[in-house]
Amino acid sequence: MRYIPNSPVERAEMLAAIGLGSAEELFDSIPETLRLRGLLNTPAALSEIELLSRFEEMAARNAGARRTTFLGAGAYSHYIPTIVDHIISRSEFFTAYTPYQPEISQGTLQTIFEFQTLVCQLTGMEVANASMYDGSTGLAEAVLMSERVTRRSKIVASTSVHPEYLEVVKTYVQHAGIDLELIEFDDETGQAGATLAAAIDDETAAVVVQSPNFFGCVEDLTTLADAAHARGALLVVAITEAISLGLLKPPGACGADIVVAEGQSFGVPLSFGGPYVGLFATREKYARQIPGRLVGEAYDKQGRRGFVLTLATREQHIRREKATSNICTNEGLIALAATVYLETMGRRGIQEVAQQCLQKTAYASQRIAQLPGFSLPFSGPRFNEFVVRGPIAASDLLSRLAGEKEIEGGIALSRFFPDLKSDFLVCVTETNTRAQIDALIEALTSLFANKTAGTQP
Amino acid sequence: MANVPEDLHYSKDHEWVRVEGDSAVIGITDYAQDSLGDVVYVELPKTGEKFSANESFGSVESVKAVSEVFTPVSGEVGKINETLADEPEKVNTDPYGDGWMIRVRMSSPGEVDSLLTAAEYEDFTKAETE
Repeated sequence: MRYIPNSPVERAEMLAAIGLGSAEELFDSIPETLRLRGLLNTPAALSEIELLSRFEEMAARNAGARRTTFLGAGAYSHYIPTIVDHIISRSEFFTAYTPYQPEISQGTLQTIFEFQTLVCQLTGMEVANASMYDGSTGLAEAVLMSERVTRRSKIVASTSVHPEYLEVVKTYVQHAGIDLELIEFDDETGQAGATLAAAIDDETAAVVVQSPNFFGCVEDLTTLADAAHARGALLVVAITEAISLGLLKPPGACGADIVVAEGQSFGVPLSFGGPYVGLFATREKYARQIPGRLVGEAYDKQGRRGFVLTLATREQHIRREKATSNICTNEGLIALAATVYLETMGRRGIQEVAQQCLQKTAYASQRIAQLPGFSLPFSGPRFNEFVVRGPIAASDLLSRLAGEKEIEGGIALSRFFPDLKSDFLVCVTETNTRAQIDALIEALTSLFANKTAGTQP
Repeated sequence: MANVPEDLHYSKDHEWVRVEGDSAVIGITDYAQDSLGDVVYVELPKTGEKFSANESFGSVESVKAVSEVFTPVSGEVGKINETLADEPEKVNTDPYGDGWMIRVRMSSPGEVDSLLTAAEYEDFTKAETE
């Protein structure tokens, strides 16, 4: 039954006030042919058992769900320990929105404080915020923050940064008076080009790179940091595969000024692109320019440990016109999932996942490179993703692999780089077994390699 | 009793101005720093920025509140007190000396005449406290 909060008499009064005889007349502007007369054509109600089997049957038609996947490019398949869902499903966490009277929610503040601590430890930075919507919006906020810190308005970014991240940055800066200059990646190494450092001048607010980058190649952050700092610019580092932090030197130790990362790899499922969580860390001297909120540790009158919202005043309570950004919230539940994941895995666990990714990727890339007709176009050091150049158009190759062999073999780069027609990006994680990798090699061999042997230019 | 040096000009927003040739050195008064409490952060403009009189040029964050600071005279910022980035407490300990904030090249030096004298400012703060 619908609840309509006004009486027939009140409705008649309102219609009289606007000079209409019936509510139906409000819809007169909709042509008669477009109007529904009678009931919606919906099937009869099902029982719970019938409904369940109907949905199971529909789910079984989702071919992608049963295929072996080597997809990455910003969203990664990692094992999620059961405890993650168990903890975040607790009603204290699951139903709570980001606290507006924060200090009353000590449990929530404590988990955010732990999250920030973990982000600092992983990135090698001094302060981290309570989280961003995702990695790409985190990067856009880092760009805006660079402008606030340096009071300069030029950004130089490498095209080896995830193209979708660059699109989000473009959206944020296009009306903000910030110039975004894109510098082509080096097509030998797959890393940021040598011209990136050369593009930094005295007007540059920040240099933006991703490491491992979109092609899976690890960037030389230290050299870029030195080049940026020599001109008074900041180095902003984006990371899409946060598991890499288990093995690579932290960006903070390489001289990065702002580090942003997508936290999906930490216990967050691949659910059609979100919700994900952005990690955002910087140096302490820039703490007041951080977007969003920051939880701090404090002690009460009795000397008991507690947690407070240290920075947020500029966002929503007072001085709204001075806000550092319009993000007044954080990805509370997803940040909690990342926190539980990291605390469950621990330092050694994250290292082990990263090691497995690295080794399985090395195995897969070496095997593929040996196939006739296939090569690895980029020489830069890789973590768990790599670009493969195949004998035919990558989009055709991948759709045959999926259709005939039930393998999602990667992402065709032509979607972002129209010139790279035969290239595709392959990702291998700890969830890929050796048998799966061997099946990929076997499938590539039987479908493509034998037929083109000796024709490689 | 707050310290109000004779040789300075004052605004009703509790900034002081020391005229040095065609430049004006600007800070906040002893009364202002005392009302704010311990200053933990001072946000200053960039040199070369231009402001009109009574425009906000930055902010002072104390343990109690964040307050805007306004320039009593128009002009271009020639110098900022960079030591406040690391030692914001200078605003508390020496508001008329090491706690200065910006030095402005005045575009209309006549504006100084409309500011309060030390005696007038003292009366003004007395009225405000009462």
